Amino acid sequence: MASGVISPANTSVKQPKKERMLFQTFKRLCKNKLAVFGMIVIAFQILLAIFAPWIAQYDPVVQNLSKAQLGPGAEGHFLGTDNYGRDMFARLVYGARISLIVGITSVTLGLLGGLFLGLISGYYRKLDGVIMRFVDLLFAFPGILLAMLIIAMLGTSLVNVVIAISIWSIPTCARIVRGSVLSVKKQEYVVAMKSLGASDLRIIMKHILPNCTAPIIVFATMRMATAILSTAALSFLGLGAQPPTPEWGAMIAAGQDFMWTAPHMTVIPGIAIMLVVFAFNVVGDGLRDALDPNMELDT
Amino acid sequence: MLGLIVRRLLQLVLLLFGISFLVFMSMHLAPGDPASIIGGPTATESDLAAIREELGLNRPVLTQYVDYIAGVLHGDLGYSFQNNQSVSSAIMTRFPQTFNLAIASMIVAILIGVPAGIISATKQNSWFDVSSTTVALAGISIPNFWLGAMLILIFSVQLQWLPVGGLSAPFWTIEGMKQLILPAITLGTASAAMIARMSRSTMLEVIRADYIRTARAKGVRKRAVTWVHALRNAMIPVITVIGLNFGFLLGGTIITEQVFAINGVGRLMIDAIAARDFPVVQGTVLLVATLFVVVNLIVDIVYAVIDPRISYD
Repeated sequence: MASGVISPANTSVKQPKKERMLFQTFKRLCKNKLAVFGMIVIAFQILLAIFAPWIAQYDPVVQNLSKAQLGPGAEGHFLGTDNYGRDMFARLVYGARISLIVGITSVTLGLLGGLFLGLISGYYRKLDGVIMRFVDLLFAFPGILLAMLIIAMLGTSLVNVVIAISIWSIPTCARIVRGSVLSVKKQEYVVAMKSLGASDLRIIMKHILPNCTAPIIVFATMRMATAILSTAALSFLGLGAQPPTPEWGAMIAAGQDFMWTAPHMTVIPGIAIMLVVFAFNVVGDGLRDALDPNMELDT
Repeated sequence: MLGLIVRRLLQLVLLLFGISFLVFMSMHLAPGDPASIIGGPTATESDLAAIREELGLNRPVLTQYVDYIAGVLHGDLGYSFQNNQSVSSAIMTRFPQTFNLAIASMIVAILIGVPAGIISATKQNSWFDVSSTTVALAGISIPNFWLGAMLILIFSVQLQWLPVGGLSAPFWTIEGMKQLILPAITLGTASAAMIARMSRSTMLEVIRADYIRTARAKGVRKRAVTWVHALRNAMIPVITVIGLNFGFLLGGTIITEQVFAINGVGRLMIDAIAARDFPVVQGTVLLVATLFVVVNLIVDIVYAVIDPRISYD
């Protein structure tokens, strides 16, 4: 055993409580202007998603052909109407709900799958080879291709997009978790727990999992950006949400045919996607800096 | 070095088998009977049985897989359910468009990404650095199908400088280049952003190295140090990123082709997914994944060749 010299000063220092650490992380995150901007955008999207029926004055799918392709601001339509006379603002607000739900569901499912595989693979060396070869295999499909293959198999629908993006998230998550497990597993306190007879489940749940939280939080945030972007892309290609669902990517696809007469149909949903994806990316970036233990020394 | 290459090639072969098995099985397990897709709604039970017999669909799965692989090795990827066209010939006629688009996007990405990253690093925290890193983050966040639509809106619809879509003219003609500009920018932007971020961070690391300080101390001009001494070392990881990005660009063409109505492999794949034309999906996915892993292998080997410090043992 390595000699553990504990100075009197160290013993008197209280363990920082979890809330305090969360607060510290949040405080550091708030110093990052871009991350603050990102958090505001995300908060705004969450509010829109929750209160969509109260915020939107019109129904997002009911057509009114007499008011088709109105420009922004015309006749009480703040962002104009689309080719079927549906209010663009209402569709955008309900679209915020769809993208958030799809993002959260697919990232959560992907995380669960990735955590499971990553923990097992990192903890049980015998299974490591098999699982990691499988993960490597999934990595052989660049970008959105794996999601497309899954949709090709299951058929085109928004639910299948969620399944596809979840599965597509698993390999990256599994690798991150495995990496943290491997580094934590060698720590002396884990070896000590094991020799004291703690069960594998207890060691994983109480000692290994908490040490993986920082990279997982960063991954989940960044993955939200990818999930939202990919949902929009798949719907744009006609493989996800089907009309008349007010999904942002599908809205852009519909708008492309009216680029000459109603460019706002294409411009507006794209700005929404970009803002939200940018927001999750900068918050993820900020979190990575804020959670980095090396930063502790500087502040 | 030779050992490394041989070992990686063997791994590649295994990986390719894995990929083909995964793709084959996912199409095989897909709900929906291929025979009824081919036969159409009017087909009787005996018609369906005849189709299954002809395609060998009633044989064990593994036999079908082995047959498929034997075909693939001879360049035969099966026949489309929709029009009975050979999948390999459909891919062959469309692949040049996809390849040209990927190459053109790569050029755009390198021309923008590398200089932006280097200037950012040499002038860390300057206005250029701050704005270029922010733009790079935005570049990763822009949905590229939307960027494409916006470029069409500005340069084709409003200004009418460039064509709306298509990639019919050969790329070496003026018309062909004009057709290639917007799709290449659309597809290359995200890669340019990634390359810029990578170039910046490696350049920042290299600039602080001792030998750079030594070079400056012995009186080499700052510009020479940056562009000769530092750049050479900083570019090694950047080359990897560029290589990996080429694979992603091949995958990314799928979406860009749809925006600009380019008849490439990507569009072939999307149409096939929508029509549940499994042999075409299988062939196109297999092609893109294979190209991706082969390019990655080449990048790995090149990386080891240009940087003798790298070893994969």
